Amino acid sequence: GFYRSPALSVILSGVLSIADRLLLAIESRSSSLISHPDLLSQLVLLLLFLVTQSVISNGFLCLLSDFELSCWFFGEMDLMEKKLELVELHKLEGHTDRVWNVSWNPVGTLPFLLLAVAITLYASGNRALSLSLLTVLEETHTRTVRSCAWSPSGKLLATASFDGTTAIWQNLGDEFECISTLEEHENEVKSVSWNAAGSYLATCSRDKSVWIWEVLGGGNEYDCAAVLNGHTQDVKMVQWHPTMDVLFSCSYDNTIKVWWSEDDDGDYQCVQTLDESNNGHSSTVWAISFNAAGDKMVTCSDDLTLKIWETDIAMMHSGEGYASWTHLCTYSAHWSRDNIIASGAGDDAIRLFVDSNNDSKEKAHDMDVNSVQWSPGVSSMFQMKRRTGYLPQPVMMGWSRFGSLQLNRD
Amino acid sequence: MVSGLINENPIVYEIKERRDVRAYSSNTDELSVDAIDQLEVFDHIRDIKDPEHPYSLEQLKVLTEDSVEVDDTKSRVRVTFTPTVEHCSMATIIGLCVRVKLMRSLPSRYKIDIRVAPGTHATEAAVNKQLNDKERVAAALENPNLVEMVDECLSPSFE
Repeated sequence: GFYRSPALSVILSGVLSIADRLLLAIESRSSSLISHPDLLSQLVLLLLFLVTQSVISNGFLCLLSDFELSCWFFGEMDLMEKKLELVELHKLEGHTDRVWNVSWNPVGTLPFLLLAVAITLYASGNRALSLSLLTVLEETHTRTVRSCAWSPSGKLLATASFDGTTAIWQNLGDEFECISTLEEHENEVKSVSWNAAGSYLATCSRDKSVWIWEVLGGGNEYDCAAVLNGHTQDVKMVQWHPTMDVLFSCSYDNTIKVWWSEDDDGDYQCVQTLDESNNGHSSTVWAISFNAAGDKMVTCSDDLTLKIWETDIAMMHSGEGYASWTHLCTYSAHWSRDNIIASGAGDDAIRLFVDSNNDSKEKAHDMDVNSVQWSPGVSSMFQMKRRTGYLPQPVMMGWSRFGSLQLNRD
Repeated sequence: MVSGLINENPIVYEIKERRDVRAYSSNTDELSVDAIDQLEVFDHIRDIKDPEHPYSLEQLKVLTEDSVEVDDTKSRVRVTFTPTVEHCSMATIIGLCVRVKLMRSLPSRYKIDIRVAPGTHATEAAVNKQLNDKERVAAALENPNLVEMVDECLSPSFE
């Protein structure tokens, strides 16, 4: 069982799912879906979901809207009341163009925040999350930079652009140098993803293809390992599985495709397509995100739903062959390492309801929220001090595990 | 003469006289902000030129006042346009022009929904999907040829 805090019932709109224990709780409840009143946007829907347990910890959440970026601190602000709160810490304005994507550098105690437009990098100093401008990477991309991703080592940054190219930048401390450019796509590149080992890079494009590149020479060289054709429309995102070299892609063609190389010889094939016939989406699928264990993923779509999928990860790890993904549930997201999905939506709200307190942050931004990312944190948990203005150092961040939750779903 | 047009002979309608909104305004509070209403939104888009013919979308009845639905409290607007012919390949251009004009004219808090009037186009779902894909619209507007076409439709014509 799990600890239930009577003082805290969290009602969340949108998709929710997390730990196995929570899923069991959901099964026994079966209440009706709180419909998200203003779902207009096809953008990433992420959902903040909390289940309080005895230990609460916190995370820094970064939200992007069309022209601004804000960082929020999420955690328990008052120990006695066990009230969970999302507090805006920081707003970085001044972008004159739409901001599409952010990425936290995965390494070190300094979370680097990267903004896609003009590739602006921010670094935090010693105090938690006082981000200041580090550098702007210009003169490489000639059109919008759509997404960016740090390599697992934190030493390389890949940027995907509407100009059809993917640039790789080397992190030299205060400076960044473009060390490679991948130019094979025929038109806009939408997404880029590194595998867990940093040995493969995947990109996707409106040209309907997904490319896999082998990373050589410490990131200086990229060899085409596979060109994957299968999607019938614009591919919106690619995402490597967190523990295995299995690649996932999602598209304007309403499907999610799984690409796997059976003999580990680099010969990738499409081993599964998740479409409406397996309870998949009925419109453009925008994003995919995995939990840390890699046995569950959440996908979100223009059909205004979030879907949770699961697989037999033990079977995959044991080398017995490919284990299919099956639909688990649908709700009207981004897994943090400790199982939180955070929500931002096209109606500009971050939703988090706490019982009768109704502590929802409506209208967190004035425009579409394009991306939500949890910063990386140390996996240890700690108890939050009372709200006295104290903020934890980034090195002490952990993720909330949470308390009782009252959930609604289809 | 121009040949190869989708619709060689469009029907041109007489447009109703524009009313002077201010004459009817009963709002005397100088500090209040008027809510954006249907007519105001329609005024932004009625004069958009058809990409193929020297007429406005209002004159061709591609857009009417009733094709605009506005909810100012929720900052939402929906425009339903009717292409002149069922297989009009200019439908996406027209939709894009309407979206761009509204993006430039309305406050940034507005969510804009553009769609083809149900039953009036052969590939209605495909056109709607493209017009409402924010990323596709953004990428299209970085295409100089397309931008030139849109700007041409949006430029005022002086009679």
